[in-house]
Amino acid sequence: MPSLRLVDIVKKYGKLKAIDNLNLLVEDGELLTLLGPSGCGKTTTLRAVTGFVTPDSGEIYIGDRKISDIPPEKRGIGLVFQNYALWPHMTVFQNLAFGLQLKKLSKHQIRKKVAEGLTIVKLEELETRFPRQLSGGQQQRVALARALVLEPDILLLDEPLSNLDALLREQMRFEIAQLHKQYGITTIYVTHDQTEAMVISDRIAVLDKGKLMQLGTPSEIYSRPANKFVAGFMGTTNFIRGRVQDISGDYTVVKTDDDLILRGRGIGLKKGQEVDVAIRPENIEFLSESQASTLPEALNIFDATVVRATYVGELIDYQLNLQHSLIRAKGDVRRKRAAGETVKIHIDPDQLSVLSN
Amino acid sequence: MFSKRVLTVSFEIILLIFVFLLIIWPMMSLFIWSVAETWYWPSTLPQKIGFDYWKQAVGMQKSLAIGAVSIVPAFFLSLMIAVIVVVISMLIAIPAGYALAKYRIPFGAFILFLFLMPNAFPQQPIFVNLLRIFTKFGLAGTIQGVILVHILVGLVFGVWITNATFKSIPPYMEEAARSVGASKLRAFFKITLPLAAPGLLASAVFVFITSLDEFTGTFFVGLPFVNTLPMTLYSSSGYNMQFASVIAIILLIPSILFMALIQRVLKAEYVGGMG
Repeated sequence: MPSLRLVDIVKKYGKLKAIDNLNLLVEDGELLTLLGPSGCGKTTTLRAVTGFVTPDSGEIYIGDRKISDIPPEKRGIGLVFQNYALWPHMTVFQNLAFGLQLKKLSKHQIRKKVAEGLTIVKLEELETRFPRQLSGGQQQRVALARALVLEPDILLLDEPLSNLDALLREQMRFEIAQLHKQYGITTIYVTHDQTEAMVISDRIAVLDKGKLMQLGTPSEIYSRPANKFVAGFMGTTNFIRGRVQDISGDYTVVKTDDDLILRGRGIGLKKGQEVDVAIRPENIEFLSESQASTLPEALNIFDATVVRATYVGELIDYQLNLQHSLIRAKGDVRRKRAAGETVKIHIDPDQLSVLSN
Repeated sequence: MFSKRVLTVSFEIILLIFVFLLIIWPMMSLFIWSVAETWYWPSTLPQKIGFDYWKQAVGMQKSLAIGAVSIVPAFFLSLMIAVIVVVISMLIAIPAGYALAKYRIPFGAFILFLFLMPNAFPQQPIFVNLLRIFTKFGLAGTIQGVILVHILVGLVFGVWITNATFKSIPPYMEEAARSVGASKLRAFFKITLPLAAPGLLASAVFVFITSLDEFTGTFFVGLPFVNTLPMTLYSSSGYNMQFASVIAIILLIPSILFMALIQRVLKAEYVGGMG
């Protein structure tokens, strides 16, 4: 399988830069997710790769083959649409066979390949059905099979699960990940759902306003966000403003506007620089009195007041007052703390990101 | 619940009576008139029933005693004109409707509006002026002239309905075809056109019926040399209700057939999947 390379892609709509000088290399056999809010440029990027959008400048390569100048039908890219885009006047068989017929394969070969394609997505029995006779999940599988039977060099999936209900979506995520592992097609997956991206991707490219904000593995993106946007987009995050007081070894020491001293991980920061400290709710640990006394004072231990505690089943969602900042935390359901209670909290410095403001 | 049901049922009955009075009753009256050989006041039904006017109209009988002539030549002339008008109109309407639906065309809305123009004004002044122009080009009194007028009047249905049809087909249908290797042209013929077929047929039927029933334009441009069925209806029926009814019924037949056809096609399986 070849790789896919985007070089200096720019696409403007009037004054708006939908894609702002994007460089991206999708490795051979990799599943890379383009993640971002709506309007971040992920769909435009995908359409530039398919050829339905012509970039103002930049080049796109599959392996060594430059594809940015050739029409969509000659690029050898498989595409799965958000709305499935199955042709309603054709049966499942005809939907899958259409592309194979264009390749001028023999009837026998077409029959064989369609059967194989339907086996991959476990829909062997539904050949003669029309799309409207299928459920949403089945339609999605047919769309996937239609792209796969042509054995494309690159597979593009444009929010393929966003029209499915939550349960099915979760199941299909694993199936797509499984299929990718099995066939190893170089894949770009577009979504706005960070959980989906985390489950499915080898690497994630987070986009905002047409710019690449961060590129990395799911765990890198989640636990080492490069900036405030990525930290905020990848899940609920508390931000506390402050200033870098000191940099010692692996850790950056930050003095917040409320005069709290926090230690965390930061990259490329200077003393005195204004920063945001990002703390994820699940990384705030509640300490009992005995635990608190055994830990050295310097390691991010603070007193906080419970403002509100909400039971949400698997955990308790807290709002805490940490000096003048209101922060969210997640706590164990077995030890509920009431509103007004003062608690000792601990934040692991390795789980705390210091981001340039 | 009970009163709601009663209300619905009585509403349906009232609606049915209305439909009966508005559509079925005049049509029945037409039919009775067409077979009434003698019908004097104050009799409720004709005194003598027979098919003399029908026979006369379809050319099976030539009696000077009955005020009706053969309408066979007029019928075939009308049919021929209508078919040609449909073919030419659709050849214009399909590309125009597609382009206006799928591409950003400068003044697109204005162009669409232009097609409406011949129907947006009183027709008599338009066609009187058209006659002057057609006379200059030698089109007055010719079949070509009449065909042009019918196209002018019918194109609004052609372009507007095809435009709406193509607009209703999402762009990703064609994109999906191209992603599996179909050229733009092939994607259009294999995907978009079949999906648009019901709408295109509906638009063709409207054009066909418009041409078949067109009177005003044909009256100014075509007469006295081009005698279509509506011309015959007006000119040779006079006060002869029987003959007029026969022609009216014959004019209705293609419309009813086409409506039945549309009904069938619009119920076709795949339309349900488009929404």
